[in-house]
Amino acid sequence: MTVLHSAPKYASNDGVVEALSAALGSMLISATEQHGEVVLTVARPEIANALKLLRDEHEYQQMMEMAGVDYPSRVERFEVVYMLLSVTKNHRLLVKCTASESTPVPTVTTLWPNAGWLEREVFDMYGVIFAGNKDLRRILTDYGFEGHPFRKDFPLTGYVELRYSEEDKRVVYEPVKLAQDFRSFDYMSPWEGSDYILPGDEKADAPPVAEKKTTDSPKDTGADKDTDAKAAKKESPPAPAKDEKGDKA
Amino acid sequence: MSMQLEQSPTTGDEVISNYTINFGPQHPAAHGVLRMVMELDGEIIERVDPHVGLLHRGTEKLIENKTYLQALPYFDRLDYCSPLGMEYSYVLAVEKMLNIEVPLRAQYLRVFFAELTRISNHMMNIGSHIMDVGAMTPNLWLFEIREDCLNFFERASGARMHSAWFRPGGVHQDVPLKLLADIGDWLDTRLPELFEDAMSLVVDNRIFKQRNVDIAKVSREDALAWGFSGPMIRGAGIPWDIRKSQPYDVYDRMEFDVPVATESDCYGRFMVRVEEVRQSAKIMKQCLAQMPEGPIMTTDRKVGPPKRAEMKTSMESLIHHFKLYTEGFHVPAGEVYVATESPKGEFGVYLVSDGSNKPYRCKIRPTAFSHLQAMDFLCKGHMLPDATAILGALDIVFGECDR
Repeated sequence: MTVLHSAPKYASNDGVVEALSAALGSMLISATEQHGEVVLTVARPEIANALKLLRDEHEYQQMMEMAGVDYPSRVERFEVVYMLLSVTKNHRLLVKCTASESTPVPTVTTLWPNAGWLEREVFDMYGVIFAGNKDLRRILTDYGFEGHPFRKDFPLTGYVELRYSEEDKRVVYEPVKLAQDFRSFDYMSPWEGSDYILPGDEKADAPPVAEKKTTDSPKDTGADKDTDAKAAKKESPPAPAKDEKGDKA
Repeated sequence: MSMQLEQSPTTGDEVISNYTINFGPQHPAAHGVLRMVMELDGEIIERVDPHVGLLHRGTEKLIENKTYLQALPYFDRLDYCSPLGMEYSYVLAVEKMLNIEVPLRAQYLRVFFAELTRISNHMMNIGSHIMDVGAMTPNLWLFEIREDCLNFFERASGARMHSAWFRPGGVHQDVPLKLLADIGDWLDTRLPELFEDAMSLVVDNRIFKQRNVDIAKVSREDALAWGFSGPMIRGAGIPWDIRKSQPYDVYDRMEFDVPVATESDCYGRFMVRVEEVRQSAKIMKQCLAQMPEGPIMTTDRKVGPPKRAEMKTSMESLIHHFKLYTEGFHVPAGEVYVATESPKGEFGVYLVSDGSNKPYRCKIRPTAFSHLQAMDFLCKGHMLPDATAILGALDIVFGECDR
């Protein structure tokens, strides 16, 4: 693929996937290159060892960032992504592992001191636990906050709101009351990509009925004899008497 | 059985014990809503525990619920001292996923205004750093420059701070020739006059040096381990600048120097920023000299909206416009991490797309997070008033730190 964009150009990815795959060996689950980024997926118990290897033997000195991602449909719903930077090789790397609520990820605070806050943030936002992090407190949310707000199943509006109460002379927490419901617009084109069924479209895939409900003859209508007899007359009731005066006028 | 009181070793005339104070959350030298729980031994700082998140607004979650274009203005509100520097990473991340070409004039304009942003950001930081350690006048003079910058932003985008002017595929509107001419004049006359005047009061000032020299020294190894970037890593003596080593847009056509401090103290970081202002002015002048005429937005109508005049006559343009501003464009599935050299350091955006018109995940890498985290390690053993100098030299803005 020819590169048309003008995003930061760092050293070429040529041979990086092969070299690092060989170095990581059995720790590695998969290694891909897409959109010009090398993404290495590492087995969770080995993540700290893999990152140590990359730091010490492959010159990825800095861990610039750590991100959590939530994929609720997966078995292990969370991904923890580490962004590594080599200032000597001038190269960037994404290393990730999967996790669930109950499977702790080994901490990397022993490798990089700045991992402390980054792990705290992933814990705060997603509830991923980092084994060995000695200071796994919440960081960005309020003191005494409950839940993990960046999970996909956490509502955007949250559960509590706070205001200053004049009676209590302090800030009080209350359940969220919205004057208007949160409006989630669906801009997706119904012709491409929408994952819901348009009204009426649900019939398209319905199985054909064995006995069709049609009324071909009077006996199929289910009406009684009197009604049939009336219908057979084919006579409409007489029109209302005309107003003679009105006609003349 | 009588109670035995334990004898304290320090009982006597002088009782020495550590005590804990709150620095902030509302403190003029905290550069925003920062609460630092400090453990002091007399006036010596033993431990600092910064409590951040008081300005957390859930930007990343909000972005997941907006289309790619609607998400852009949130970036202005991260680091409100350098809004265009924040937009830059996001715009480049989207462009990297879409793999679209940006017209040359738009690339020049983005570099030009990103450097103007750097100047206006450094005016804010240099000025407030000086004020934190006790000088008043330079701050007022530097705010003159910042005011000029904000007026230029207003003339380019219509907004003084929250420009929303960089767009995936280019910039929103072209700038009038008069604006470029005015900025050119300003770079030649007013900026050097005001800036060098203000700096002449500070850089060799005895009091300023006493407050900053040899404060919070950082070794190269520590700077790497703590994830420092920007002026902080250059302040530690490592010549690392993303504009130079991983050039984006037309930075590879620019000639500029990367200033590096030899003594990695607060004074060194300050002087790195001072020199960066001069280098930014140099880059801007080169942009003015080289900038070609031409389109300022990609002609790929599936990403860049058509001109309003076109919409009056072309049905297809009208449809494109409607689709772009309701549904927005779709970004191919995948993930990228794009980091640029924002005025404060490496500002990165990790974008995950599922192929729809909204980002599946948008993780923002604030510069302040790594730097502020090192506060404990930087302050240890220093005096309490040094904390404000250290904080001033970190260049922290909480809109970005807390997101």
